[in-house]
Amino acid sequence: MSLLYIKDLKVSYGGIEALKGISLDVEKGQIVALIGANGAGKSTTLRAISGLIPRSQGTITYDGQVISGHSPQKIVSEGICMVPEGRRVFPNLTVLENLKIGGYLRKDDIQPDIEHVYDLFPRLKERSWQLAGTLSGGEQQMLAVGRALMMRPKLLMMDEPSLGLAPLVIRDIFKIIETLHEEGITILLVEQNANAALKIADSAFVLETGSLSMQGTGKELLNDPRVKEAYLGKAPARNGIG
Amino acid sequence: MKKQAMLGKKKLDAGMVITGLIILAVYAAVFILEQIMPSTSMLFTVLKKGATYALVAVSMNLLNGFTGIFSLGQAGFMLIGAYTFAIFTIPMESRAAVYQYYNGGILGFSLPVIPALILAGLAAAFFAFLIGLPVLRLKSDYLAIATLGFAEIMRAIFQWDKLGPLTNGSNMLHTFPNFNSFNIKNAAGETTVYLSTLIPFLIAGVCIALIVLLINSSYGRALRAIKDDEIAAEAMGVNLFHHKQLSFCISSFFAGIGGAMLAMYACTVQAKSFTTAMTYEILLIVVIGGIGSISGSCISSFLFVACSEWWLRFLDEKQVIGTFEVPLLRNGFRLVVFSIIIMIVVLFFRQGIMGTKELPDLFRRRPKTASQEAIK
Repeated sequence: MSLLYIKDLKVSYGGIEALKGISLDVEKGQIVALIGANGAGKSTTLRAISGLIPRSQGTITYDGQVISGHSPQKIVSEGICMVPEGRRVFPNLTVLENLKIGGYLRKDDIQPDIEHVYDLFPRLKERSWQLAGTLSGGEQQMLAVGRALMMRPKLLMMDEPSLGLAPLVIRDIFKIIETLHEEGITILLVEQNANAALKIADSAFVLETGSLSMQGTGKELLNDPRVKEAYLGKAPARNGIG
Repeated sequence: MKKQAMLGKKKLDAGMVITGLIILAVYAAVFILEQIMPSTSMLFTVLKKGATYALVAVSMNLLNGFTGIFSLGQAGFMLIGAYTFAIFTIPMESRAAVYQYYNGGILGFSLPVIPALILAGLAAAFFAFLIGLPVLRLKSDYLAIATLGFAEIMRAIFQWDKLGPLTNGSNMLHTFPNFNSFNIKNAAGETTVYLSTLIPFLIAGVCIALIVLLINSSYGRALRAIKDDEIAAEAMGVNLFHHKQLSFCISSFFAGIGGAMLAMYACTVQAKSFTTAMTYEILLIVVIGGIGSISGSCISSFLFVACSEWWLRFLDEKQVIGTFEVPLLRNGFRLVVFSIIIMIVVLFFRQGIMGTKELPDLFRRRPKTASQEAIK
């Protein structure tokens, strides 16, 4: 059963069509990767799903309901949370405050969720009183993930979680993605690091200049010669990541 | 974990207690000084105006320092507050004299001080709501220009002849209650207990306390998140426009009350005194105190008022040491020195007096050491 179903989604910025009608579905409980080059429309897809930018055409169905056209607040409270590109933690708020903002729309007690995030990322617990701007890049990425978890998302969308991080840290981040997956959270992963993303993805889509060019399971795409050539380099794997 | 949380709480209390004691001491000192010193002393002028400016500066800090909205409309909202307060509190018997060109005005009643103060705030907040609908969709500089324009328009409208029966046109409003009306007098008309300085401190204190509560609530956290990163805040489900509008209205509410206090301080209200320069003075206070620090705004407002009204006065008069006449000292020189001081502060203390710290933070151990302890 698909949790998220996008049909014929078009988004334009001014006169430029960033998405030229893409259709994809995200099965419940899976890790779905969306890979592609710069400017292919990966981030645009995520931002359109979360309602941050208006779409010009197409429908987005989530859990059987059409959510396209809803406000970002409504979409977040329905359980679609985003870890934005470049982390975007609130630098002048403490780690704890960042987490609390993550659960801003929650009406019930968020204390258990804070504990849960601290269990996942013990580093954040140690630094709960520190300003988020003073954290290292990897810690900020953990915080961004933790912040998104505060809404108890059913669908977690991650935009380039490996951006600007050291290979070892990237490995940790991908381990966490798998942990979250085991907890039953559906994950839509946007990555340029195609190798690492495809390795953990159940299914994957390749975006090229606003349209989907390929799709398949993670393994299929990992071994697809076209993907190898375009995104992985001709001699794939063994480059230390994943 | 529990223990650490409790420790954090305990430390927090220590800073709070010391701050609370300092505030209490200030209030007690104000009360006692007023009883023993002559009421004409410059000190009380500075304290009254300082308390008024502290409230307005804090209200501006709520916008500029905590929500990241760069608004320059503060004088406009103070104007609305001052007029609302004056119009509703002029006693019935004085109306004929005040509104001499407008047949005693159109208002057939007058209100006590406290309801009129709240009304002044509500009027300013209402205008902020209307102005906010179009203006808050603008970004940084454009928003500043739009709010600046709004303040200028307000100044013109309130002097408009056609509104005379309500605003007294370009004539001043006077004989409404001022701070001296709070002094307790005996039957012979002699003042027994002076309260004229304590009252503005109390009004400003209550209002600032409310703003502090707001900033420390989850709403305040959302406002600070908006300041840090609008896009991320929106992605977390914070409704940007709704929260900006809320912050704008609350800030204007307290600016309105500040305007009413300024009316009580000056004993008269005239639209032409609420100039852009007044907004800039308040902005300076906020910058000098530290953008994002409530206690900084309070401290710097008293320093600013004291410097501009009192401490630098001697620069305006000829000073003779023995037979040597100090050069340059003449009328207006005070403002030159004052400007230079401000420039030095802005150049060398970019963070202002307090940065983003609050008074309790100064009495607390640094959070960094706390986290290091936690690691151990």
